[in-house]
Amino acid sequence: MTTATSSPPTFTELQKKLLNDFQRNFPLSPTPYAEIATQLGVSEEVVIQMLREWSDQGIIGRVGPVFPPNRIGCSTLVAMSVPPARLEEIANYINTFAEVNHNYEREHPFNLWFVLTAATPVRLQTVLEEIEEVTGFPVMSLPLLEDYHIDLAFKLPF
Amino acid sequence: MNHQHQQLITLIQDGLPLVPRPYLAIAEQLGTTETEVISSIQSLLHSGLMKRLGIVVRHRQLGYRANAMVVWDIPDHQVTQLGQQFKQFDFVTLCYRRKRHLPQWPYNLFCMIHSQEQDTVLQKLQTMIEVCQLQQIPHQVLFSKRCFKQCGARY
Repeated sequence: MTTATSSPPTFTELQKKLLNDFQRNFPLSPTPYAEIATQLGVSEEVVIQMLREWSDQGIIGRVGPVFPPNRIGCSTLVAMSVPPARLEEIANYINTFAEVNHNYEREHPFNLWFVLTAATPVRLQTVLEEIEEVTGFPVMSLPLLEDYHIDLAFKLPF
Repeated sequence: MNHQHQQLITLIQDGLPLVPRPYLAIAEQLGTTETEVISSIQSLLHSGLMKRLGIVVRHRQLGYRANAMVVWDIPDHQVTQLGQQFKQFDFVTLCYRRKRHLPQWPYNLFCMIHSQEQDTVLQKLQTMIEVCQLQQIPHQVLFSKRCFKQCGARY
């Protein structure tokens, strides 16, 4: 679990470039890290090592694909209103489902929000029913109807 | 999507291997060639089945501490147009139309605003309201508190 209270790490100019410039258009050549290294003027080892460290530290989630929702499988945003004293326990239980990929506490009477993604609508429904049954609290499922702008590439606050 | 694409997605969804020839490493696992893996990724990107390929940063670790989900109750005939309009704001990282859940949830347009501080999120929201003339539109701002899980979708 991550909290909003830890201070953000500081980065060198080189690291900022690596983080900012390769969130998209990652090289599709046989040696992508070497290609990035050339652009940054460092060695391939430096790039790979930096990405490994950030991966271990949780600064980056992965070097990999981002899929739009509902193109492969199906997904929904789910909200629950649970007693604050039980929030963490319920959130941890919900996280045990591989279908859950984001799970946040939010400042609202609906205080728990998570995204469920499954291969089939049937599986999605099964997970929703199981969560209701085990926790004893209703789930509010808000399926996606239209996607206007989904792009989790971040311009970093440097 | 064909079976080969499915297998490829399963292998790369948690990330490319951090080795000098990542596509070759994947090809070996799939029993195919490096060239084949690269062209499959190209075709997934081209068709829109894959949105992008690259470094996926975790915003909370990078100083984006304030993450607000802003929800709006927009008349159905205006929602698509406004959703498109929200794209112009570079601080809006996600924007979707979702099903309402009446009576407790009348909101049908969702967008995410990320910023360093809650105050700047609220300033950005004010800009949206003024530019898009949303003064009469009911909305709520749900700031995130704890993050219990953040990872890519699994298929």
